[in-house]
Amino acid sequence: MLFSKIFRTGLVTEPLAGDDAAISVARELSARARRLLGRAVAIREVDAGSCNGCELEISGLTGPVYDSERFGIHFVASPRHADLLLVTGPVTRNMEVPLRKTWEATPEPKLVVAVGDCARTCGVFRGGYGVVGSVDRVVPVDVFVDGCPPEPAEILRGILTAVERGGRR
Amino acid sequence: MTLETTACLSAYMVLAYLGGAFAALLPLRSGLTRALTAGGAIAGAGAGIALAARVLIAGEPFALTVPALLTVGGGVALRLDGLGAFFLLLIGVVAAPAALYGVGYSAAYAGRYSLRWLGAMLNLFLLTMSLVVLADNVLTFLLTWEAMSLASYFLVMTEHERPDTVAAGGWYLAMTHVGLALILVAFVLLSPAGGGGGFADLRAAAATLSPALRGVVFVLAVLGFGSKAGLVPLHVWLPRAHPAAPSHVSALMSGVMVKLGVYGILRVALDLLGVGPAWWGALLIGLGAASALVGVLYALTEDDLKRLLAYSSVENVGLVFIGVGAGLLFASLGEPAAATLALAAALYHALNHGVFKALLFLGAGAVAHATGSRDMNRLGGLIGRLPWTAACFLVGALAIGGLPPFNGFVSEWLLFQSLLPAIGSGAPLVAPVMTLAVGALALTAGLAAAAFVKAFGITFLALPRSDEARAAHEAPVTMRVAMVVLAALCALLGLGAAFVLPVLGGLLAGHAGLPRVAPALTAGPLLLPPGGGASMSPSLLAIGLLLALAGAWLAVRVGAARGLRVGDTWGCGRIGQTARMEYTSTAYAEPLRRVFAELYRPTEDLTIDVHPESRYFVQSRTYRSEIVPWFERYVYAPLVRWVAAGAAHTRAIQSGSAHAYLAYLVVALLALLAISLAWSASL
Amino acid sequence: MTGWAIEIAQAALVLALAPGLVGVVRWLKARLQSRRGAPPWQPYYELRKLFGKDVIVSSNASWLFRLAPYVVFASTAAAACLVPSLAVTRPLDAVGDLLVLVYLLLLGTVFLSLAGLDPGSAFGGMGSSREMTVAALAEPTVALAIFALALSAGSTNLGQIVGRTLADPAAALSPGHLLAFAALFVVMLAETGRLPVDNPATHLELTMIHEAMVLEYSGRYLALIEWAAALKLLVFFALLGNLFVPWGVAAVAAPAPLALALGSLLLKLAVIAVVVAVLETRVAKLRLFRVPELLSVSFVLALLAVTSSFLGR
Repeated sequence: MLFSKIFRTGLVTEPLAGDDAAISVARELSARARRLLGRAVAIREVDAGSCNGCELEISGLTGPVYDSERFGIHFVASPRHADLLLVTGPVTRNMEVPLRKTWEATPEPKLVVAVGDCARTCGVFRGGYGVVGSVDRVVPVDVFVDGCPPEPAEILRGILTAVERGGRR
Repeated sequence: MTLETTACLSAYMVLAYLGGAFAALLPLRSGLTRALTAGGAIAGAGAGIALAARVLIAGEPFALTVPALLTVGGGVALRLDGLGAFFLLLIGVVAAPAALYGVGYSAAYAGRYSLRWLGAMLNLFLLTMSLVVLADNVLTFLLTWEAMSLASYFLVMTEHERPDTVAAGGWYLAMTHVGLALILVAFVLLSPAGGGGGFADLRAAAATLSPALRGVVFVLAVLGFGSKAGLVPLHVWLPRAHPAAPSHVSALMSGVMVKLGVYGILRVALDLLGVGPAWWGALLIGLGAASALVGVLYALTEDDLKRLLAYSSVENVGLVFIGVGAGLLFASLGEPAAATLALAAALYHALNHGVFKALLFLGAGAVAHATGSRDMNRLGGLIGRLPWTAACFLVGALAIGGLPPFNGFVSEWLLFQSLLPAIGSGAPLVAPVMTLAVGALALTAGLAAAAFVKAFGITFLALPRSDEARAAHEAPVTMRVAMVVLAALCALLGLGAAFVLPVLGGLLAGHAGLPRVAPALTAGPLLLPPGGGASMSPSLLAIGLLLALAGAWLAVRVGAARGLRVGDTWGCGRIGQTARMEYTSTAYAEPLRRVFAELYRPTEDLTIDVHPESRYFVQSRTYRSEIVPWFERYVYAPLVRWVAAGAAHTRAIQSGSAHAYLAYLVVALLALLAISLAWSASL
Repeated sequence: MTGWAIEIAQAALVLALAPGLVGVVRWLKARLQSRRGAPPWQPYYELRKLFGKDVIVSSNASWLFRLAPYVVFASTAAAACLVPSLAVTRPLDAVGDLLVLVYLLLLGTVFLSLAGLDPGSAFGGMGSSREMTVAALAEPTVALAIFALALSAGSTNLGQIVGRTLADPAAALSPGHLLAFAALFVVMLAETGRLPVDNPATHLELTMIHEAMVLEYSGRYLALIEWAAALKLLVFFALLGNLFVPWGVAAVAAPAPLALALGSLLLKLAVIAVVVAVLETRVAKLRLFRVPELLSVSFVLALLAVTSSFLGR
C-alpha cells in the first residue's frame, strides 16, 4: 500500500522559484570556499535561541517539494563534518558560547549563513535581557537571509549564494 | 655426541634454575637479589629453549634415567620427545621475558614482602614445570606436578597482606589438590599390576585394558588435568588466583602452567591410551566450547583488568580443548590428516596464547605498577603517559582478538579449517556437535574482540578517570624490554606460521591414530589445510595490508589538503570536558550484559537518600549492580556449605578426652587386624 | 602475469565503484521519497570536497585517532581485493579465503571502535560499544553461513565456492544456499549500518551506531572512513551477488568474458541496491535491544542452512 501511494504521487519537486531580494552578502567569500564547496555542501544547523519558526521552514528544505539534496546540499550531525553553519535566532546569552564553539569545531574552509530577521537584527527580541545581539557579533557571517520566517526557497537561495551556485547579488 | 649435548643442556637447565633459587635466598641487597633471580631464570629458560629446539629439529627424543635418586617406583626417569619439547619451548619462551620483567616489577615489594622467597620460588616453579614435561614415569610426574603446584601457591601468596590474596590461595590450593587426587587415581588405574610405573609400560598396558576402564581413566584425566587447565566447571580458582599473584607470575601461570594441563591430557589420551572411541573427542569439544563461552562472557563484564585477562585464559583454554577434542574425534573416526591439523591448530593456539596472554599480563602489571589500581573504571588516558606499554598492550589485544595478521588469527583460522571436514563426515551426531562448536567458536571470537577493545580502550584511551591515572609514569626499562620482546614474538609467530606449522605436524606424527609421516601443511608461504582447497598466507596478508596502508598514506599526502588544527572534543557545544563524561568499563559492556542477562542474572540495588524536609529533594543516589558468577553461586557455594556442615559434624570426634582417643586407637587396631586377616585368607 | 593484471584492474574497479554504489542507493531512496535527489555520482563530489578540507583533531585524542582511518581503509580495501568480482581464478585467491575476508572487516571495525573511544566523548563511547555488540553477535551467523557454502563447495576458498555453483547450477537453488543467502543478507544490513539496524542518515546521536564513532572525524580522515564504509557495502553486495548467483563471473582471463563479468557485476549490484533501497523505505529502525533478536533469527537461518547443506549432499 505504501508503494502504490509512492507510485501514484510521483515526483513533486518544484524548480527553485523566487528572487534574491531577501538575500544579502555580508563578506567577500573566500576563494578556497568557492573552489571547494560548489558541488557538495554539508550543513550544520544551529538554533541560537530562535522561536523555531525558521526551523520549521528549514525542515521543509529536505522534503520532497524543495529538495535541497538535488543541489548537493545535505545536513550533517556534527560540525566537524560541516562546511556551512546555518544559524537562526537572536543569539541568547546561553547559546553564545555553544555557537562560538560550534563555529570553532568546524574545519576550514567554512561559511556561515544567518537565517531570519532575528539573526540579523534580533527581530522582536531586540533589547531583551537574555539576548546578546545579532549573529555576526558572535561568529563572522557570510550571507544573511531576511524574513520572519523566510520561505524555504529564499533560504535555499541564500545557501546557494553562499557557495556561489545561485548567482550572487 | 648428540646425546651428550642434550644431556649437558638439560643439566645446564636444572643447574641454572637451582642456582637462581639458591642465589635468590642469599642475604643480599634487593637489587642484587632481583638481578640474580632473573639471571638464573633466564639462563635456565635459555637452556630449556635450546634443549627443546634440539629435540624438535633433530626429531629424535632424548632419555635419561636416574634410578639412584629415588629407589621407589623406578626412580627419576626423564624423557623428552617432540610433544614435551614443544611445551618446554613454550615454558622457556615465556619465562625469559617474564623473569626480566620481574626485575623491575618486584622492586615495589622491597621492604614489604620477601624478595628472596619470591626469587627462590620463581626459579623452583620454572624448574618443576620443565621437569613435568620431561617426566617419563608416574612417580616423577606426580612429584614434579605437586612441587609445581606448591611453588605456584607460594608465588600466588606473595602479597599475603591482602585478604583477597589469602582467599585466592586457599581456593587454589584446594582445587589443585583435588586435581592431583584425580590424576593420581587415573595413573594408578593405568599402571599395570606388578609392573613399573614408566610411561612405556603404561603405553603397552593400556592396550590390554577394557574399554570401560580406559573411559574411566580418560574422564579422570580430563577432570584432573582440566582443573589445572581451567576447564569449566573446575575453573573457579583461575579468576581468583591469577589476579592475586604478581604480574610476571600471573603471566607464567596463565601462559604456561594452564598449558601443562593440556600437556597432561595429550600425554594421557594421545600418547598413553592411544586411539579411543568418538565420545572422548566429543566430551572435550563440549567442555571446551562451554569454557570458551563462559570465559569470554564473564571477561566481558569484568572491571578488574587482571580478572578480565584471567577469564580470557579460561576462554582460550576452551578453544585449545576444542582443537584437541576435534583431533581425538578425527583420530577415532579414522581420518588421520584431519586429526593432525586439528591437534596442530590446538598446539599452535596454546603457544600463541602463552605469548600474548603473558604480554597482556605484563602490560596490566605495568599499569598497576604505575597507577596502583587494576580497576578500569579508575584508569584511562594512559596511552600518552605509558606509550610503550600501550603499544605493546595494543599488539596483545589485537592478537588475542584474533585479528589478521597476528598469531591469534592464524591459530583461530586453523581451528575453523580443522572443524570444517567434520561437518561433512558421515558419522552420526558428529555434524551437529561440530556445527554448534563452530557457532560457539565464532561467537567467542566476536565477543573476545569486543572484550579487548574494552580492555584497551577504557584503560589507555581518552582522559584519566582518577588522580592516580593522571600521575602515572612509564614502566622501567626491564619491564619495557620484556613487553617489546613478547610483542615482537606475537608478530613473528603470526607471520612465520609457514615455518611453525610443519614443526607441529612433525612432532605429532607417529602418535596413535595419526599418520606416520606428517601431511604437508604448508606450501611456501601458504598454509594449506589438507583435504580442502582453502589456503591462507599471513605473511602475504601482512605485506598486502602494509602496502595498502602505505598507498593510502602516500595518496593522501599527495592529493589531500594538509591543514590540521587541534581543538576541543565536540560535545554539542558544552562548556568543558571532564573524565566523567566518558564511557566507563561497566557502561561499555552494558548492551551485551542485557543481551545475555539470562546467564548473568545481575542484581541491582538502588538507594535514594532524600532530604529530611521533603521527599522530592534527592540528596544522593547509590546504584550497585553485581554479577555473581554462575558456578560459584550454584555449584561451589552449596558444595562448600555441604563440606563445612559435614566437617562440623565430624568435629564431634575431637572431644579432647584422652580416654576417647585411646578407645579410637584400640578400635582402629582391631579393625586393621581383622581386615588383614581376611585379606590374607582370601589370597 | 594476466592474473595480476586482472587483480589490479579488479582492485581499481571496486575502489572506484564504491562511492557510486552508495550514491545509487541514496538516489533510489530519494526517488521513492517522491523527490529528485542528488545524482548517483554525488558521493564522488563529497569525497573530493572532504579531501580538500582541513582537519581538526581533539586535544584528548592520541596517535591511534590519526592512524585508525588508514587502518580501516587499508583493511577494507584488502578485503575488497579478495572478493571474486570479475574472475574465478586469481592469484590472490590463495592468500585469503572467505574467513580471512570477514576477519579483515572485523579489523577495520575494531580500529574504528577504538578511535571512537579515543577523544573521550560520550557519543564515541556509545557508538563504539554498540558497534562491537552488533559485530560480536553477527559473527556466529557469518561463520555458519560460510560453512554452509563451504560444505557444498568443499572448502572456504572463494574461487572454489564460485566455481562449484557455476559447475552445478542446480545447487544455487538448494535450500542450503537460499537460507545462507537470507542469513548473510541480514548480516549485511547489520554490518554496513543500514536500516533496520542503523540509519545512515540520522542526526539523533542516541540512535546512532556507526555514525556516532565518526562524529569527531573531519577532512581527509572522514573521507577515508566514508570511502571505507562504501567499500564495505560494495564487498557485501558483491559477495551476495557473486557467491550465490555467480553467472557472469569470468572463468577464463579473456577480454570478452571479463567484459561480461563487469556487466553482470554492475547488474547484480544494481538489483541488490534496489532491494536494499526499497527495504530501507519500507521498514523503520529497530530499537537497539531488538537488534540481537534480529541477529538470532539470522543465526537460526544460518544453522538451518548448514543442516540442509549437510543433508543435501
